[in-house]
Amino acid sequence: MRAPFKKFLASGNVFIWGCAAGVSVSLLMVFGLLLLIVFNGLGYFWTANIVELTLKDTQHVMGQLAGREVIPRSVTPDRPEGKSRLRVKVGNRDIYGLDFKWVNDDQIVSETYPPDIALLERREWGNMYARIKAVYRGETLQAEGNDAGWSALAPLIDTTNALHQQITRIEGIEIGSINTDIEQARLKIRALEIGAAPDTRERGQIDTLKAQVAAAESRYQEKTLELDTLRTQFNEYSVLMVDANGREKQIPVGQIIRALRPNEMGLMHKSWIYLTNVWSVLSTEPREANTEGGIFPAIFGTVLMVIIMSLAVVPFGVLAALYLREYARQGVMVRLVRIAVNNLAGVPSIVFGVFGLGFFIYAVGGTLDTLFFPERLPAPTFGTGGILWASLTLALLTVPVVIVSTEEGLAAVPREFREGSLALGATKLETMLKVVIPSALPGILTGLILSMARAAGEVAPLMLTGVVKLAPSLPVDGSWPFLHFDRKFMHLGFHIYDVGFQSPNVEAAKPMVYITTLVLITVVVLLNLTAIVLRNHLRKKYAGSVL
Amino acid sequence: MQTGPRQSPDHDSKAQAVKLTLNHVDFFYGERQALFDINIEIVKNQVTSFIGPSGCGKSTLLRCLNRLNDLVEGAHLEGTMLLDGMNIYGPDVDITDLRKRVGMVFQKSNPFPKSIYENVAYGPRLHGIKNRGQLDQIVEEGLKGAGLWEEVNDRLQASAFGLSGGQQQRLCIARALAVKPDVLLMDEPCSALDPVATAKIEELLFSLKQDLTVVIVTHNMQQAARVSDWTAFMYLGEIVEFGLTKQIFTTPSKKQTDDYITGRFG
Repeated sequence: MRAPFKKFLASGNVFIWGCAAGVSVSLLMVFGLLLLIVFNGLGYFWTANIVELTLKDTQHVMGQLAGREVIPRSVTPDRPEGKSRLRVKVGNRDIYGLDFKWVNDDQIVSETYPPDIALLERREWGNMYARIKAVYRGETLQAEGNDAGWSALAPLIDTTNALHQQITRIEGIEIGSINTDIEQARLKIRALEIGAAPDTRERGQIDTLKAQVAAAESRYQEKTLELDTLRTQFNEYSVLMVDANGREKQIPVGQIIRALRPNEMGLMHKSWIYLTNVWSVLSTEPREANTEGGIFPAIFGTVLMVIIMSLAVVPFGVLAALYLREYARQGVMVRLVRIAVNNLAGVPSIVFGVFGLGFFIYAVGGTLDTLFFPERLPAPTFGTGGILWASLTLALLTVPVVIVSTEEGLAAVPREFREGSLALGATKLETMLKVVIPSALPGILTGLILSMARAAGEVAPLMLTGVVKLAPSLPVDGSWPFLHFDRKFMHLGFHIYDVGFQSPNVEAAKPMVYITTLVLITVVVLLNLTAIVLRNHLRKKYAGSVL
Repeated sequence: MQTGPRQSPDHDSKAQAVKLTLNHVDFFYGERQALFDINIEIVKNQVTSFIGPSGCGKSTLLRCLNRLNDLVEGAHLEGTMLLDGMNIYGPDVDITDLRKRVGMVFQKSNPFPKSIYENVAYGPRLHGIKNRGQLDQIVEEGLKGAGLWEEVNDRLQASAFGLSGGQQQRLCIARALAVKPDVLLMDEPCSALDPVATAKIEELLFSLKQDLTVVIVTHNMQQAARVSDWTAFMYLGEIVEFGLTKQIFTTPSKKQTDDYITGRFG
């Protein structure tokens, strides 16, 4: 009995099973996590039907079903399955205060899906689920009744959405550029006044600048007037809604982004709405403390930050690795430096954040401000968190990864390549540039891939170096110098933290957390795929090299 | 054991120019001495082979001739090595110029991860030739010189790694020839090749010595006997016997040489 068992152990089958089990468990965990995120995230975009529940106390509840759960502590010996309750998204936050309502199953008398309930997506206060009572223009009645109101509402919403775009453009771009002009002129005036007492030529300059400011201000007044007229048009029409229990609420049409009647919609229409929902999350700015609207600024900030970081980290990492591997005398010193570099990769990221704050922002940024932007002080330009400093901090955080993989790439270049090149009369530098580095490029890219994945997911150092929950403008825009390295930015990782844990409206924020996570993972995968495709291309080109 | 005076093998009476002269050469890897008092002369436009058991220092000696051993940390050389009367280890020698004059082919074929054309053009480009027409001509001459032109002229832009082992080794010869060296060092160039590819390279050596002086290290005594005019037998870092190949292989003067050639040791 013992001998066969020993033989079985020695055959190594147990070991193979153990290894396979290890792989399976890891894969299960990864796919489980992905499934959870994908399932919860993608479900958010689907427009569920609106249910109308009649309760025992003759109250009505109207909204989208969000789940069913067993009431905590409702399990008793005679009722082992417990009591369950429904979670309904009732919306109408301006009336009820909360978006969600729990309804115990035993309270429900009937459950219907009437086709005439409208879902209004609003710029503020979240969704509204109600029936239309009347549409007004100012005080005059335009249409009365649910169906007449519904037909009257649709074209009005299109008009107000167009108006809204126009208003945003005027506010953002036109008034923005006027403000920039005024700010520039004011700063020039301050710069002239800041030194010694201005001479006559300088005084002349100041006067022209002041005239410019005055002209810009009058342009600003014109634009404000234009805006006012647009805003009156915007709020000209209003719609009177009535909720499940007969409470009325009048809202301006300008507040409505989209009106839907989900219970009337077919599968095709719902699928189309699904796609437009996905697109609007990816392409628009957040609303309502980030719990609604899109996450475009966060996507943009994440990608831009990773790109700036890559541009900074690759040259430094590669140069350092070249020195360590190719030029430095391989002795105790180099080994110590290598150990230090490897350990640097294990330092908690918040420590890098503190360093970035102290070194980049206060020391470097502060110095830049006093040297180049004295007229703006005490308001800091570079002496405060911004996308450049955040990217550089992350570059510092990931430089060990690039050094280590570049060194490995260099070590894997066969000695024969170097000797072959040197024997032809190439200098060491020529050999390095023409043979060694091209062959080590796949290794360098591996380092870049690893560092991008790490950087895209870091949040802690960013909180100290320039990420914000809501950035007023993107780091790239149409006003000179187009790329604003000093601006604060939004980031998907921080967005998850902010929406999920700092939001006053927890239930409404939950799907947003899943979506943001899903997008973050997708962004990281896409960035990595780009680098992997590039690496495979290079590998094919340098086929035969060991990497 | 060869000691003291230089061994100048007496050969055909016609005077032959000496290309490389080695005088009392000692070579050290750090503390360890690898070559002991080497004194030989290598004749121009002839093939000289170094034979001997593994670890006897024949590759080390070869790599001293183009100073490739400089790369090894702590390596240094005593004595003199003259190339056409110029001290290879002299203080004013430009090492890249030296390597341009003394080309090398390695044991393992080592084409660069580039196209066939770029491999051959690598050396000339380094030395400042940019004109496309001139480069085309040099590449063609190099490939013809290595007997590879007929096989690859229709796929010059293809990767060098697509060639067979023997073709890759001839590509490395073409690459060495493209910088127009005076001397070609070959470090066991056929050890990884099959007999057919080996025969092609051996054939090539006969045409190469019209323009070049060839020094070849080989494990294969038949190869040394077939291709070389001169043979040096090395053992434990010393040259035991150096002379005309036919003399070494028929009437060796040292018993050790005889034992090695007849296969009694080594």
